[in-house]
Amino acid sequence: MKLTLTIWRQKDPGAKGKFVRYPMDNVNPEMSMLECLDVLNESLAERGEEPVAFEHDCREGICGSCGFMISGVAHGPLPATTVCQLTMRHFKDGEELVLEPWRSRSFPFVKDLVVDRRAFDRIIQAGGYVSVSTGNAPDGNAIPVGKEEADRAMDAAACIGCGACVAACPNGSAALFTGAKIAHLGILPQGQPERDRRAVRMVAQMHAEGFGSCTNIGECTGVCPKEIPLEVIARMNHDYLYGAWRERRQVVTTIAPATDWEFGKK
Amino acid sequence: MKLDAGIPSGPIEQAWDKARFEMKLVNPANKRRHNLIVVGTGLAGGSAAATLGELGYNVRCFCFQDSPRRAHSIAAQGGINAAKNYPNDGDSIYRLFYDTVKGGDFRAREANVYRLAQNSVNIIDQCVAQGVPFAREYGGSLENRSFGGAQVSRTFYARGQTGQQLLLGAYQALERQVDAGQVTMFPRSEMLDLIVVDGKARGIVVRNLVTGKLSVHIADAVILATGGYGNVYYLSTNAKGSNATAIWRAYKRGALFANPCFTQIHPTCIPVSGDYQSKLTLMSESLRNDGRIWVPKQKGDKRPPNQIPEGERDYYLERRYPSFGNLVPRDVASRNAKAVCDEGRGVGETGLGVYLDFSEAMQRLGEETIRERYGNLFDMYQRITDENPYKVPMRIYPAIHYTMGGLWVDYQLQSTIPGLFVLGEANFSDHGANRLGASALMQGLSDGYFVIPYTVGNYLASTKLGKVSETGAEAQAVLTSVQQGVERLLAIPGRRTVDSFHRELGKIVWDDCGMSRTAPGLKDAIGRIRALREEFWQNVNVPGSSNDLNQSLEKAGRVADFLELGELMCMDALERNESCGGHFREEYQTPDGEAQRDDEHFSYVAAWGYTGPGNPPELSREPLEFHYVHPSQRSYK
Ligand SMILES: Cc1cc2nc3c(=O)[nH]c(=O)nc-3n(C[C@H](O)[C@H](O)[C@H](O)COP(=O)(O)OP(=O)(O)OC[C@H]3O[C@@H](n4cnc5c(N)ncnc54)[C@H](O)[C@@H]3O)c2cc1C
Ligand code: SF4
Ligand code: FES
Repeated sequence: MKLTLTIWRQKDPGAKGKFVRYPMDNVNPEMSMLECLDVLNESLAERGEEPVAFEHDCREGICGSCGFMISGVAHGPLPATTVCQLTMRHFKDGEELVLEPWRSRSFPFVKDLVVDRRAFDRIIQAGGYVSVSTGNAPDGNAIPVGKEEADRAMDAAACIGCGACVAACPNGSAALFTGAKIAHLGILPQGQPERDRRAVRMVAQMHAEGFGSCTNIGECTGVCPKEIPLEVIARMNHDYLYGAWRERRQVVTTIAPATDWEFGKK
Repeated sequence: MKLDAGIPSGPIEQAWDKARFEMKLVNPANKRRHNLIVVGTGLAGGSAAATLGELGYNVRCFCFQDSPRRAHSIAAQGGINAAKNYPNDGDSIYRLFYDTVKGGDFRAREANVYRLAQNSVNIIDQCVAQGVPFAREYGGSLENRSFGGAQVSRTFYARGQTGQQLLLGAYQALERQVDAGQVTMFPRSEMLDLIVVDGKARGIVVRNLVTGKLSVHIADAVILATGGYGNVYYLSTNAKGSNATAIWRAYKRGALFANPCFTQIHPTCIPVSGDYQSKLTLMSESLRNDGRIWVPKQKGDKRPPNQIPEGERDYYLERRYPSFGNLVPRDVASRNAKAVCDEGRGVGETGLGVYLDFSEAMQRLGEETIRERYGNLFDMYQRITDENPYKVPMRIYPAIHYTMGGLWVDYQLQSTIPGLFVLGEANFSDHGANRLGASALMQGLSDGYFVIPYTVGNYLASTKLGKVSETGAEAQAVLTSVQQGVERLLAIPGRRTVDSFHRELGKIVWDDCGMSRTAPGLKDAIGRIRALREEFWQNVNVPGSSNDLNQSLEKAGRVADFLELGELMCMDALERNESCGGHFREEYQTPDGEAQRDDEHFSYVAAWGYTGPGNPPELSREPLEFHYVHPSQRSYK
């Protein structure tokens, strides 16, 4: 099949970006969106042009590396599917696809289709864990967890941290991502001791990163490749509200967002 | 070189306790004075960095992805083994140890495997405490399943996403240490060389993948947990970025590389569909619990599967291995699939595929049960192939999946360079010539949570370390050589893309150093790899520059290393005149076509040492001794 890929090309954050059209004559409907970009990149490299930078690793929809907008939809038209698993047979012969990176002020631009999602790591640093050092654990079966609870925790824990929810949200909110971790740990008995503090700190960090507020539009869950349900946001709000009251005497500190790629300097 | 694994004397059950007792300890107040480097944030590196941070060391941790959470471990589906014996079905530490040594076809070190089985129990406890949402019974206890041919149910799992959940557990523990200031994380950073000073590993040279800047990092010990080298085959189930660069460059600085030819081919992957194909997708082995594998009895039978009557189907695994049937180990299942396809009985357009059929299981258990057990895998299959596995049997074919070989390490997980420790898939240690399903996750976490925290402390407490500076001559020399390597790649005025070299290399090793190997084929492959490597350095085209995000440059460096490693794999395979586990030399098979080991001559670990550019590598042998599990011909009949 034939397709046209219209792709955002921008060398670095300082450079001026533009859309470039690449007609593709020989697209095999079985190939994935990323394999289609591979084919384009091979031909660009052969012509001595610089290939399109895009992020990817597992190509199985689980690492969360890949992701860009396809004609305005994060991860493209197929529900519950990352771009690495999206096969070209879902497009029409002759179609034009517009590829551009996630746009969010909290995901600084890097190159072409690549952005910086370290804000997500910092939200996890702010409390997305159970504080149990190695060696401290009781026997696995000493903490019974009902099957339904375990399943619900797993539903929320399935988030791959891709950032599509932020890119799709008109407010640029990271509530689905943050709520997913707060729900995963908040549902389980292991997560109870730190439940208040976790919610308060993670939400504070989310705001410190500049993500917008959630107004219950629901675009996020619509594009989420793991179909994380909106109820995780309700849960986040619930835990935040109770937590903020109970932790009202605690000082909440946030982590300063990193703005460059110089590491390790203090 | 004489290799001493340093295995504690005395009964194997007490070896690890004894070793731990004999180890020197670092005074708690001194820990923060020690700087450690951990390269890799998969299960092995992530768990190591987190635990060392908890203990109070100053840790710098590196990965090439944009976040430590994306390491390739995330993709593991099936599960993790542990000798908990919760189902009360006869499991024990000893049985897990026994199964692993036997499954590895008697090419693993007994003491290491025993420790692995012991630690397996603590891993589950630790992960549960972190909030890993393992599958549960209605009563709230942990659920187990049987996996990869084990006759007991000892596999713990979290849907089809066990690796993801275990990795997120380690990642969260790591981020907690980042928050605490114990670990500094360097994402999008690729280690390109090792710094050895006075014979000890003292640092690394790293390229910042966004700015292209090279930097030197000095430490008291370096821990590599950089994963396996399956991508030497180009098409594999590994993530696209998985590579051998870190361990290969350590090899060139003096670390021995053990058993490079021990690679594992996984029997249940989605077959190749075209030459644009960039990777192969694994279908979890758990499918073999309920799916039946077959091909038509007739050669070239092109009828759709449901029109082939029962009597004209060959359930070849059930026929040849009545007691294990579809659950024979991976190497046996893979080889048999290749054999029936070579006979012309393969299915699908390319003829390189066999059926994995659930119709009988669905009749017996109902479609709902099958959906509950494998729903997400079926969906994934359908998404990729556009076929509905509830209606037509899946088509599967073997693919490269795991590499048992890796840097040689002793019982302390230390390589032949003092101060260089190697964990997870990057080392060679525990799986011998074939790894059992659900054992890699176990090994990575055992190494990272429960072994390295002791052994690195022992090293630090018992070694006198001189002062090394980032600007010192040794470090700067390595930095300069890395700089020159990068510039050299960019300067080649070639025409062929990096991927085209990689694909060609992959085909050579797959054809001649893959599922079955022969001496003439291996010799031929060595010649072709050398020629290809020569062409690479004349004719590769690496676009872009060195001072920004340049994915072609990243790939070029990795492929350059694969072009050298591929040759070493073939040399190792050629040297090992026997068949064992995943290494099947056609010349050495039993009359009924099974792998024929030669314990008299080959009961050793082959460890190769670098001797300079253009020189043949030097082989050292670590003899293997079996005091507990006596080598026998594996039989799954
Ligand atoms: C599809 C699939 C399914 C699997 N399923 C199972 C299963 O069910 N059960 C099981 O037990 N095993 C399974 N395995 C095997 C298992 O997942 C791996 O062996 C294991 O996860 C390897 O972990 P690791 O920590 O050693 O390395 P990895 O997870 O590969 O991590 C490597 C790390 O090193 C970093 N790195 C590499 N090179 C460099 C460099 N030069 N500089 C800086 N950083 C670097 C990477 O960024 C990454 O963080 C599966 C494997 C695959 C491919
Ligand atoms: S919630 Fe969904 S869309 Fe958002 S990061 Fe997680 S997986 Fe991606
Ligand atoms: S490449 Fe890993 S999710 Fe797409």
